[in-house]
Amino acid sequence: METRKIATRDGFGEAIVEAGKKNPNVLVVDIDIGKSCKTAAFHKELPDQYLNVGIAEQNGAGVAAGLATCGKIPFVVTYAAFGSMRICEMIRQEICYPNLNVKIACSHGGLTPANDGASHQAIEDMGIMRTLPNMTVIMPADYYAAKALVKAAAEFEGPVYLRFTRDAIPVIYDENETFEIGKAKKLSDGDDVAIIANGDTVRLALEAAQQLREKGIGARVVDMHTIKPLDVNCVNTCIEQVGKIITVEDHNILNGLGSAVAEVIAEAGKGKLKRIGVQDQFGQSAPYERLLEMNGITVENIVAQAEKLLK
Amino acid sequence: MDRKELIQLKNKATELRIRIVDMIWKAQSGHPGGSLSVADFMTACYFKYMNVDPANPRWADRDRFVLSKGHVCPAQYAALAMKGFFPLEVLDTLRKEGSPLQGHPSMNKCPGIDISTGSLGQGLACAVGMALAGKMDKKDYRVFAAVGDGECNEGEIWEACGTAHKYKLDNLVVFVDWNNLQLDGTCEEIMPPVNLARKFEAFGFEVFECDGNDMAQLVEVMDKALASKNGLPKCIVGKTVKGKGVSYMENVCGWHGTAPNDAQYQQAMEELNALYIKEEA
Repeated sequence: METRKIATRDGFGEAIVEAGKKNPNVLVVDIDIGKSCKTAAFHKELPDQYLNVGIAEQNGAGVAAGLATCGKIPFVVTYAAFGSMRICEMIRQEICYPNLNVKIACSHGGLTPANDGASHQAIEDMGIMRTLPNMTVIMPADYYAAKALVKAAAEFEGPVYLRFTRDAIPVIYDENETFEIGKAKKLSDGDDVAIIANGDTVRLALEAAQQLREKGIGARVVDMHTIKPLDVNCVNTCIEQVGKIITVEDHNILNGLGSAVAEVIAEAGKGKLKRIGVQDQFGQSAPYERLLEMNGITVENIVAQAEKLLK
Repeated sequence: MDRKELIQLKNKATELRIRIVDMIWKAQSGHPGGSLSVADFMTACYFKYMNVDPANPRWADRDRFVLSKGHVCPAQYAALAMKGFFPLEVLDTLRKEGSPLQGHPSMNKCPGIDISTGSLGQGLACAVGMALAGKMDKKDYRVFAAVGDGECNEGEIWEACGTAHKYKLDNLVVFVDWNNLQLDGTCEEIMPPVNLARKFEAFGFEVFECDGNDMAQLVEVMDKALASKNGLPKCIVGKTVKGKGVSYMENVCGWHGTAPNDAQYQQAMEELNALYIKEEA
């Protein structure tokens, strides 16, 4: 069966229009990559709620903070590499410290800006954002998850970092699926191994679980779309009921989803963990699937690691 | 402005300076030099121009003040206390554990602070955001921002200027506290400012220049800046003296972030108290 594929940045582009129509305080602050980040429809339909501050990310963050003090809900829209690292300290000082209602909405998360090369591949962003007090960090797993979580972020009071894929990725959810910020979604049952993933890697986890099932191994799949606040109850349930956990992410294995889950496991004092993710190395210009392969972010590796954990 | 009002404003500035030195002496920590150089602009804003309500610090229609050079917050804290945002005794808690008066301003701890600042270069963009919101909502509040000359080394200042110009923010007044001293030395030594007034002009501002420690001149240019509704954001480049009012601090780089000792405090109090002008009947 041919799977439908849509980039999650497209989900953002559609949902932000809906959010803006529902609440006129929702604004887009573009940094001259709006067309790429899918804000063109918002610009066209809601011109009075649209700003473009030029190629000036730092200023974009500050302007958004000032707008938020006046009751606006600005979405600063850029690429993940810039939205997390170029403006990290502005987000810390002017958005997270005063706990302002600003959203940083980033396309090109992880290795998905594949042929753009390492400069545009954000493999550190979620980890960096996760260490900022008051920040919420989200990566939706597909188009429908992106739409739902963008709308949830618009209604959530406080700073949120949202990360989307540049490339089209398979649709795994139904359009009526509901999502709650900070609440993980269990997508398949199984008590032999738990695969906790986020973003595009959720579909890899689902495929791996299918293959494991054919081998008689029950794999539980969890979509941890919010890595901060982490759904600690969900991780603890996995520890109690399954014990063996694999994390999968399109992010450096340092400080992202795998690290967040490892923190819970370490403090629980039980459970076994294998982290799959970018191997603390920069990417390069190459097809996205190849970049994932180079880092072992594949269905085959998830299956292999699951079998290894169960030995 | 009549002579009586001018004298009242000058005396307010003197009181502000006394409170600045007093709180930094009590804290034995803080930044007196820049607090004293910006004191006259701060006084003019809070005691002549700004429409604020101490009983309702987050009143939506208030004028905003952004202290982009956040380290000189003793000047703003003194103004807020004198205005009635919190009791004057609170000034004695500057930089102490649990105090609303953090070493750099925190909007969620201190009433009257419109945005947290302290990392240089960032406040002006926030002020631009506030002015933009005012234009979007068709409100007539104004946004006043104070930036340092050294702070203008930061690129984000100039990014923010671009946005202020693009969105025609004539409700924004930026005061450049040109005291010509940075932490490590003079502006010329550290990073020559070349010509701040022309720079702001080139970035699309309507620029006014004055002696930023001369209340009569300040009021004259502030009146002009606020009356000008031509779509251009306003910039006042105020030539100031770092440490103004305390002889041994004036133009001395070392007083950027040092607290006076007891003897120095006594001398400062004598010198500052001598600045009060007797009001005419």
